[in-house]
Amino acid sequence: MTKGYVNSIQSMGTLDGPGVRFLVFMQGCPLRCGYCHNPDTWEFHKGDVYTPEEIVKKAKRYKSYFGEKGGITISGGEPLMQGEFVKEVFSLCRKEGINTCLDTSGGVECDAEDKLLEVTDLVLLDIKMTSEEEYKKYIHWEYAPVIRFLDKLTKENIPVWIRQVIVEGINDNKENVLRLKEILRGRENVKRVEFLPFRKLCTSKYENLKIKFPFEIYPETSPETIAGLEMMM
Amino acid sequence: MMNFNQWNGFEGGLWQEEINVREFIRTNYKPYEGNSDFLSGPTERTSRLMAKLNKLLKKEMENGGVLDIDTTTVSSLCNYAPGYLDKDEEIIVGLQTDAPLKRGVNPFGGIRMARSACEAYGRKLGEDIEEYFTYRTTHNDGVFRVYTDEMKAARHCGIITGLPDAYGRGRIIGDYRRVALYGIDKLIEMKTADKKKKGENFMDVDNIRLSEELYQQINFLGKLKQMAQSYGYDISLPASNAKEAVQWTYFAYLAANKEQNGAAMSLGRVSTFFDIYFERDMEKGILDETGAQEIIDDFVMKLRMARHLRTPEYNELFGGDPMWITESVGGMGEDGRTLVSKTSYRMLNTLYNLGSAPEPNLTVLWSQQLPAAFKEFCAKVSIDTDSIQYENDDLMRPMYGDDYGIACCVSAMKIGKQMQFFGARFNLPKLLLLAINGGYDNVFKTHIGPQMKPLAGDRLDYFEVKARLDVYLTWLCKLYVNTMNVIHYMHDKYAYEKTQMALHDTDVERLMAFGVAGLSVITDSLSAIKFANVKPVADEEGYVTDFVTTGDFPKYGNDDDKADMIAVELLEQVYAELCKTPAYRGAKHTLSALTITSNVVYGKKTGSTPDGRKKGEPFAPGANPMHNRETNGALASLNSVAKLPYSCCRDGISNTFSITPQTLGNTAEERIENLVHILDGYFSQMSHHINVNVLNREKLIEAYEDPQAYPNLTIRVSGYAVNFHKLSKEQQKEVISRTFHDKM
Repeated sequence: MTKGYVNSIQSMGTLDGPGVRFLVFMQGCPLRCGYCHNPDTWEFHKGDVYTPEEIVKKAKRYKSYFGEKGGITISGGEPLMQGEFVKEVFSLCRKEGINTCLDTSGGVECDAEDKLLEVTDLVLLDIKMTSEEEYKKYIHWEYAPVIRFLDKLTKENIPVWIRQVIVEGINDNKENVLRLKEILRGRENVKRVEFLPFRKLCTSKYENLKIKFPFEIYPETSPETIAGLEMMM
Repeated sequence: MMNFNQWNGFEGGLWQEEINVREFIRTNYKPYEGNSDFLSGPTERTSRLMAKLNKLLKKEMENGGVLDIDTTTVSSLCNYAPGYLDKDEEIIVGLQTDAPLKRGVNPFGGIRMARSACEAYGRKLGEDIEEYFTYRTTHNDGVFRVYTDEMKAARHCGIITGLPDAYGRGRIIGDYRRVALYGIDKLIEMKTADKKKKGENFMDVDNIRLSEELYQQINFLGKLKQMAQSYGYDISLPASNAKEAVQWTYFAYLAANKEQNGAAMSLGRVSTFFDIYFERDMEKGILDETGAQEIIDDFVMKLRMARHLRTPEYNELFGGDPMWITESVGGMGEDGRTLVSKTSYRMLNTLYNLGSAPEPNLTVLWSQQLPAAFKEFCAKVSIDTDSIQYENDDLMRPMYGDDYGIACCVSAMKIGKQMQFFGARFNLPKLLLLAINGGYDNVFKTHIGPQMKPLAGDRLDYFEVKARLDVYLTWLCKLYVNTMNVIHYMHDKYAYEKTQMALHDTDVERLMAFGVAGLSVITDSLSAIKFANVKPVADEEGYVTDFVTTGDFPKYGNDDDKADMIAVELLEQVYAELCKTPAYRGAKHTLSALTITSNVVYGKKTGSTPDGRKKGEPFAPGANPMHNRETNGALASLNSVAKLPYSCCRDGISNTFSITPQTLGNTAEERIENLVHILDGYFSQMSHHINVNVLNREKLIEAYEDPQAYPNLTIRVSGYAVNFHKLSKEQQKEVISRTFHDKM
């Protein structure tokens, strides 16, 4: 039986996908984003072990709050690193009539990808940076797989919300927005673009883990910066 | 069949054959399913008057919470000259005393309470009153003549607290609408006929008492008419237009407030009743929307001026100077039509027109079937004002019909047909400690209840503790019911609610409302004993004073049955135990999980508990999970509370829910939509009540440190709302320490 390593579960989220959502944070991520606010999810094979049925049983407890839009969001960590598990959770959710949403960096390709996308109602795709060079420098990961994943979503016509964390001094500029526009041009499956402010609420998590917070020197992003970029978009 | 010219234009029916306001509403109201676009803002006159009132409110605050006291007059219907905020400008008139915010004294509950309340504000109760009450028995005198030593001891050590044995019991809702619909003369005529009929029966104790009560009811209906006369109104006949309907209803409510200083003086369910009159006047072309809103605004302004004189000890239990002028808004009719009318909107709109405020205690009766636009409007008002609460109409309607109201915070009753004997609550965690210590109270250092050896050893055994608890629960529940019987016998005898009961059917159904405090503390404590390792720590005499708890245990508030079912079973057990002792006057026992603000005082009087709570620390309010033990987020917490069974908690299950705006959603529209889904989801599980606050803890901390920063900050606490600055510093700190759901 497939098992999943889960970092944590939150019974309510309203910011990761439409409506009121049940959130599952998977354990394990190969990316190292400088601004990561969940460093406790990096390591693999840790956390609580669940079967897909156990997750869905919990999610069902919140069905009455979902309305027409809400549902489950699986985030992480990088959920695609446990693609088979996520696929099984989503398949069961589909049977229960629970809307499914995958929150991913799109940076890894998993065997279950095709089948997973068949049971995914919405993808929240983090396009963290808009160039190969920035990806290497700030994310410590490859840029090309993200675009491959986006192309796949477009080809399969799977609804996507694009998200990007904005860090002042790194990607709060016109060039970044123009490149992002270029990437998204003509993709009808892209339903929304969200710029999220870089926050430093996670500093204590880094301290607890005795890891240096890479972006400690950057300021928190102001709402004005976000509004300005939204205007450009 | 009755007929009055004042009823022209109304659809006739059963309500003309008997006193039946519900039938009148059903046959005449217009359900409204549209949105809030039609609403009017405040008129210049309204703003002017409100500014005047705000000045007085500020002065009252600067004066230590009480603006003025009439220490020489005993409060009653006709004992004060008419009072006004501004005689020329007011639309709806009538004040409790001869001046706005001036408090009257009401010694019928107990002279000592009235005396010390005056003294607390640097005044002295008038000598004539003192003299008069040396010859008159008060409710308080009567109770203490009968109280047993054990009752006094239970009261003294605070295992049962807040009992209405020295003040008006309240929680009775007169059907104030009857005065507007039928006029006083008709009501007197009907009551006189009832009295005559009762006189034909065998004169046993019950019949003699009821007959005397009917005499008093009729007498006070006469006084009510006289009181209105002093303001220049003749209310003998029905109201002939909207303004009169509101005025007549308000006079009746005002009379009740002059007569009784009840703990909760709730209004009932007047909005959709008024709406019928508004609609009729609008059809006639004699009223427009601005005018309708202006009448409601003025009415609500009057309600916001209602005051009772209380002692500081009273304020500890019921913080923030509350009146519980609870108005129930919305809900569905038994015929499937919504009871939401335009005036339901107008009532909520007063929070915008007059600014947010804790009174009246606006309570939305939530049904899954409510019109979507109304749900969204309520959610918006909650997010903007933190001033309304929600109770489950789909749960209550099958039990109370579609013309019930909420008294106080969460007590449902059929308006004009049921009344309640209010009974505060007992302290569950203290009872657990008493059981562990074999009848020794480790805070007051006294013995009470069955005497046994304290439990000892390296680990408390769950079954042993539970068996002990059973014994003490049986003992306390019997004592509690008996104490309540004494109180309510005496209240009926010496401080009977003449005006309010005149606005009830003569044969009324009675409920006796018991309560528990500290539900989450005892639940987590029992869970700790069951699933972790709890070692009792004893003093030299062998009495347990503390606990060392090692290992983790399931905590109430995480949608985990292992903990939640402990709470469920405990409530069922308490209720079954209470029912074993018959209640005075054939009343039906009910139970609530509600604390008002007494969770702070209860905590103070309770030693350390096995859940890790230290001696003196506050409990969580009502049925709330303990602060910050809800680690699975907002909905898990709601799901836990939703498991508590209303079937044995018919007096209500109070849940106060605070969430930060950011957590509720990104945009204003999303927040509204998400809050509607949360309410629908919570209530669809047949949960009972929720107070909603949408705010950041930081705002409260600012208000705590600088009271001037947010002078009108309103927040829902436990079944009611308060002006944050009217809470004691201790109560404010407790509110700040509560869980604010902020996991994003």
